[in-house]
Amino acid sequence: MNLFWIALTIIAALLGILLSARAADPGMMIHGMLFSIAAVISAFALISRHYRLAQAPSLGNGGGGIDYNIDIVKAGVIASSFWGVVGFLVGLVIALQLAFPVLNFDLPWTNFGRLRPLHTSAVIFAFGGNILIMTSFHVVQRTCRARLAGDLAPWFVFWGYQLFIVLAATGYVLGITQSKEYAEPEWYVDIWLTIVWVVYLLVFLATLWKRQEKHIYVANWFFLAFIVTVAMLHIVNNLSVPVSLTGVKSYSLFAGVQSALTQWWYGHNAVGFFLTAGFLGIMYYFIPKRVNRPVYSYRLSIIHFWSLIFLYIWAGPHHLHYTALPDWAQTLGMTFSIMLWMPSWGGMINGLMTLSGAWDKLRTDPVVRFLVASVAFYGMSTFEGPLMSIKAVNALSHYTDWTIGHVHSGALGWVAYISFGALYFLVPVLWKRKSLYSDALVNLHFWVSTVGILLYITAMWVSGILQGLMWRAYDSFGFLEYSFSETVEAMHPFYIIRAIGGLLFVLGSLIMVYNLWRTARGDIREKEAGSLVPNAEFAGAR
Amino acid sequence: MDYQSASQFAQSYGLLYLFGLFIIVLAYALWPRNKEKFDKAAQIPFEEE
Repeated sequence: MNLFWIALTIIAALLGILLSARAADPGMMIHGMLFSIAAVISAFALISRHYRLAQAPSLGNGGGGIDYNIDIVKAGVIASSFWGVVGFLVGLVIALQLAFPVLNFDLPWTNFGRLRPLHTSAVIFAFGGNILIMTSFHVVQRTCRARLAGDLAPWFVFWGYQLFIVLAATGYVLGITQSKEYAEPEWYVDIWLTIVWVVYLLVFLATLWKRQEKHIYVANWFFLAFIVTVAMLHIVNNLSVPVSLTGVKSYSLFAGVQSALTQWWYGHNAVGFFLTAGFLGIMYYFIPKRVNRPVYSYRLSIIHFWSLIFLYIWAGPHHLHYTALPDWAQTLGMTFSIMLWMPSWGGMINGLMTLSGAWDKLRTDPVVRFLVASVAFYGMSTFEGPLMSIKAVNALSHYTDWTIGHVHSGALGWVAYISFGALYFLVPVLWKRKSLYSDALVNLHFWVSTVGILLYITAMWVSGILQGLMWRAYDSFGFLEYSFSETVEAMHPFYIIRAIGGLLFVLGSLIMVYNLWRTARGDIREKEAGSLVPNAEFAGAR
Repeated sequence: MDYQSASQFAQSYGLLYLFGLFIIVLAYALWPRNKEKFDKAAQIPFEEE
């Protein structure tokens, strides 16, 4: 079997070279080469693995307990920390570009238009995606009390996903895009991601299949909904016809308003299932684990799950208010968005109330602070979202910075904070350490980045509402009061405040990476040696 | 399908479909006999060896 996979990587390497040699454009030439290099590296890794296993056959885990696949989760911790810092940093760069346009450097590759998808994809798919793959692999193993299914398959998912990120990111900088927000990668990268994602689904399902628990824990339901729905969204929205099999350009199967609706059906459910359902899976496992209490109401979690997934899928049209989309479809999108208030707040209450009787942990454990703040931000941004989907509000908010502020209160406050909480929880568990290196640094990270988020979202609220009001202001003769450039000028101070907020968030993430690195090494900050919050799962020796 | 029939379908069968699903979910989650099962399920994260 091993020989078969080695042969496959060699064929893939040849295919990459062939694509590169026959390429219709420079983009495909570079990407064919990248694909080929990745295939050669994996062939090398497979061959050396073959000899390593032949020399020293695996002895198992020496009896007792389940031999969890910890290495794949460790790799995910490293990858997501790395991509997180990269993604936040690119975000800071483009925030500065908006405040100071000279930073575009008049070069095509460093232009805002190319770096902006680099930022969104890096934080959503590279950071968020790696967090989701990593935590889902950890949670499904632990709650099923079974080793992750597959031997090579999980590693194919991990490295295949990294290759997807590299192909997408280099593509943006080179100007390769199909111009669909959050779905910018071109047809060949989409096909690659589809293959990787189907293997991911199979690994997850096969692990559920061999579980030792009768019941499938609720976190796994959220992860499964995330994996299945993202596969469906990705395939439908990326249906397209390539101009040439050796070129990067393709044309979408849909046109006009159908294309727009498909795109926002995809786009909003990327928020609903990638950034919400998946991260709710994290919430339902890591908050109970960290505060050592079962979830407040398991029944509420079931109602939360089913109503969330049945409502979310319809909310997309609210991105197309006052467009060519039929009025009834816009109203439908708005109505379903407002109904989402209920499952969202049900979930938030369930997460927060899990702490009832353990609220003192908020004071004593800075990791709990991250987890609780994230759920609070989840409640706040899922209150704001439906509000903004109301047509009358949307008339003011749409196309303004208010949207950007809303997205970041969800992305920084909810998604990133629950991820940081999970990372701080996981590193001592995976590397078998008694505690983190330092709780004071976690606390510092928390306050630095919270001030950053607050600066960011308040600046964008003010700037967005200012912008919206200036756009719609008429003078007494019925002419527009302000020219567009006047509105841009008015936003300048807020862009600077936003960039400062972003800088603080980047600094916070660097503090976290340092802390996690020292923890993995097994260090303890001497000043805090006696007072660190212990890792509850710690059993072995340090 | 024109606007009239689409909206009529959504306002009748669409409403019934989603409301029916919601009732089923509520019944499943709140059914008294399922309580014990769910209480046990909530403990799953703590059952590692």
